[in-house]
Amino acid sequence: MPSEHRLILKYIDQPGYTPDLDCYLKHGGYRGLQKALTLPPRPLGDGKSLSGPEQIREDVKLSGLRGRGGAGFSCGLKWSFVDRRSGKPIYLICNADESEPGTFKDRQIIHKDPHQLIEGMIIACYANDVHLAYIYIRGEMPEGARILEKSISEAKARGFLGPNICGSGYPLEIHVHRGAGAYICGEETGLIESLEGKRPYPRIKPPYFPAVLGLYQCPTIVNNVETLCNIKHIVEMGGAAFAQLGTPNNTGTRVVSLSGQVRRPGYYEIEVGKATLGELIFDPNFGGGLRAGRALKAVIPGGSSAKVFKAGEKFALKRKGPDGKEVEEPVDMLDLPYDFDTLIKAGSMSGSSAIIVLDDSADIVGALANISEFYAHESCGQCTPCREGSLWMSKALHRLTHGEGRAMDADYLLQIANHIPGGRTICAFGEACSWPVQSFVTKFKDEFVARGRADEVKRVKEEVDPSAGSASRHGAVAKAP
Amino acid sequence: MTEIQPLEAVPNPLQSQPDFAVPTELESALDQVITHYPQKRSASLMLLHAIQERYGFVSEQAVHWVAGKLDLQPIHLLELVTFYPMFHRRPVGKWHLKVCRTLSCALAGSYGIHRHFCETLGLDAHAHGPQTTKDGKFTVEFVECLAACGTAPVLMCNETLHEQVTEEKARQILGGCA
Repeated sequence: MPSEHRLILKYIDQPGYTPDLDCYLKHGGYRGLQKALTLPPRPLGDGKSLSGPEQIREDVKLSGLRGRGGAGFSCGLKWSFVDRRSGKPIYLICNADESEPGTFKDRQIIHKDPHQLIEGMIIACYANDVHLAYIYIRGEMPEGARILEKSISEAKARGFLGPNICGSGYPLEIHVHRGAGAYICGEETGLIESLEGKRPYPRIKPPYFPAVLGLYQCPTIVNNVETLCNIKHIVEMGGAAFAQLGTPNNTGTRVVSLSGQVRRPGYYEIEVGKATLGELIFDPNFGGGLRAGRALKAVIPGGSSAKVFKAGEKFALKRKGPDGKEVEEPVDMLDLPYDFDTLIKAGSMSGSSAIIVLDDSADIVGALANISEFYAHESCGQCTPCREGSLWMSKALHRLTHGEGRAMDADYLLQIANHIPGGRTICAFGEACSWPVQSFVTKFKDEFVARGRADEVKRVKEEVDPSAGSASRHGAVAKAP
Repeated sequence: MTEIQPLEAVPNPLQSQPDFAVPTELESALDQVITHYPQKRSASLMLLHAIQERYGFVSEQAVHWVAGKLDLQPIHLLELVTFYPMFHRRPVGKWHLKVCRTLSCALAGSYGIHRHFCETLGLDAHAHGPQTTKDGKFTVEFVECLAACGTAPVLMCNETLHEQVTEEKARQILGGCA
C-alpha cells in the first residue's frame, strides 16, 4: 500500500514543532549548511580539484532534482547555464509566488518550516557564488512574509546569514519582496520585471534567459520554494542517495496538493512516481475517495492549467513486461504513476503537483468557465493572442453558463484555444490558458454542445411566444433589484 | 463652421489626499527598505505596500511622494498601481473581505459565501470588482486563488486567512468585525 514519504514535510504538523530557529536547530537544522561550507576540495586526479561550491553543483546534477514549480526542468542543468564569466554579480530569487489554482504546498513550508527554505537558499547561493538573494512572496501571504522576515533576522543574529556566515568568510543577504496579487509574477521573467519595480510583463527568450540576462541584466537563478528545500536534503544525504528516492529521471519526493471533491483534501508528500493518480485520490492514506454516492468525473492533475483527464480515459503507455521487454499496453487514467514523465506522455502534466478532483455533481461547463475567468483576469495583456483569446474564451463560457449559449460555441472555443499557444506568445501563459479549454471541450464535447443547443431551443421558443421568457436566461445573472 | 468644443478633462485615476504626509519614523523605515536593492526602482512595490498599509489606499500625493523618493516619474508608480490588483486607488472599507473565487473554492461553495456577505451588507452579488458599503465599514470582493485550496472555501478578512468557511462561520466573521 502506498504511503507518504516525508522529507520536506518531515517535521511539519508534528506536535510542538514551531517555525522559530531554536526548534529548527533542535531538529538538526543548519547542519546541511555547515557541511556545505566546510566541504574540502575534492582532487580530480589530474592536479585539478573541485571546490566546495562546484561539488554541490555536481551533486545537484547527480541527484536528478527537477524544478517543483511547474515546468519540471532539471535544477542542475538550470544552474549550469548560469553565466559565471560575465564579471557581473549573480542573483538568486526564490519564487514563492504560489498562485497556480489548486496549489498550496509552498504555503505550508513558508508558514510552518521557514528555516528549511532559508537553509536551502543559503546553500544554493553558496553553490552559485551569490551574495544577494530575494524571496519573492505573493502579496496575499502577508503572514508568510512576516514569518520569513522574522526567520531571516533570527538567522542573521546567529551568524547563518550576513557578512561572514558561520565564520567561513562567505557573505550573503536575503531580502523578502512582496508581490501584489498578479499571477503572472510566477513566470520567472515576469517575476524579475516585477522585482525591478515594473509591470510584470514576461521577457522574450532569447535573449533574456535569466541565467544570462536576468535581474538587472545580470545572471539570475529563479527556483521554487520546494526545489530550494530539496537542495538542503541533497547536501545532507548526497546526490546519489537522493536519486534513489522516487523513480528514474523522476527523483526525490514531491508535495502533492490535493483539493476539490475528495474526502480528505490536503498536502501529501510522496516519492515521485511511487503512487498512482488513483491511489492519491482513493487511498485512505491520501484523498480517501469521493463523497458517498458520488462517481468520479474528471481529474485536473497538475494545477488548473494542466489538461484534464476524463474518468475512464485510457492511455497507451510503454511498460516493461515480465520478460523485460517493453510492451505497449492501455493504462487507465487512475493507474498512471504520479510523476513528471508519465503525465507528459499521457498528454497532460504534473505541473505544480496540484490535483483537483471533480465528481459527477460538478458542472463541467461551469468548472471550465471558472478556470477561464481566472486566466482572462490574470493575462498580463502584453501579447494579443493571449490577452484577447483568454477573454473571448471566458466570454463564450460565460454565455454558455448563463443561458445564452450556442451549439457552435464548443467549436468556437476550440478554434480560439488552438490559436493561442505554440510560440505565438512571449511566455507560457498562452499555453496555460488554452490547455484547459482544449482538453475540457474535446473530452466533454457532448456536454458543451448540449448546453448550447438547449439555450438555442429556449430562444426559439421565446421568439414564438415572448411571454415564455426563460427564467434561467437572465435569472442567474440578473441584477439585484 | 462647427465650433470646437474643449476636450473633457480626463478623470484622474487616483484619488486626491491633500493632507498626505509621511511621518519621519515611516520615512526612515522606507529608507531602510530602499537599501535592500541595488537599484532604487525595485523598492516600488514594497513602498506602495507600506503606504497602503498606513493610509488604506494609494493616493495621487502618495504616488508623487514615492516617485520623488525613488527618483522616478509618477507614471512609473501609476503603471504599477493600475496593474496589480492589490493596490487600492480609493479608500476601502475598514474590513476588507476577499473571498476566493477560483475552482477548488467555487466547488466548495465560495459563491454562496460571497452572496451571503453581499446580501447581508446590501451589496450586489453580481457586480464586478470590490464593493464598499455606504458607511465605509465593509468592502467585499471576489479574488483569484489564495493558495489554500485544501481547506476550501477560504477568504481573507484584512490580513487574516479564514479556512473551511461555512455560512455559519461567515456570520461569525462578520460579527467579529467591530
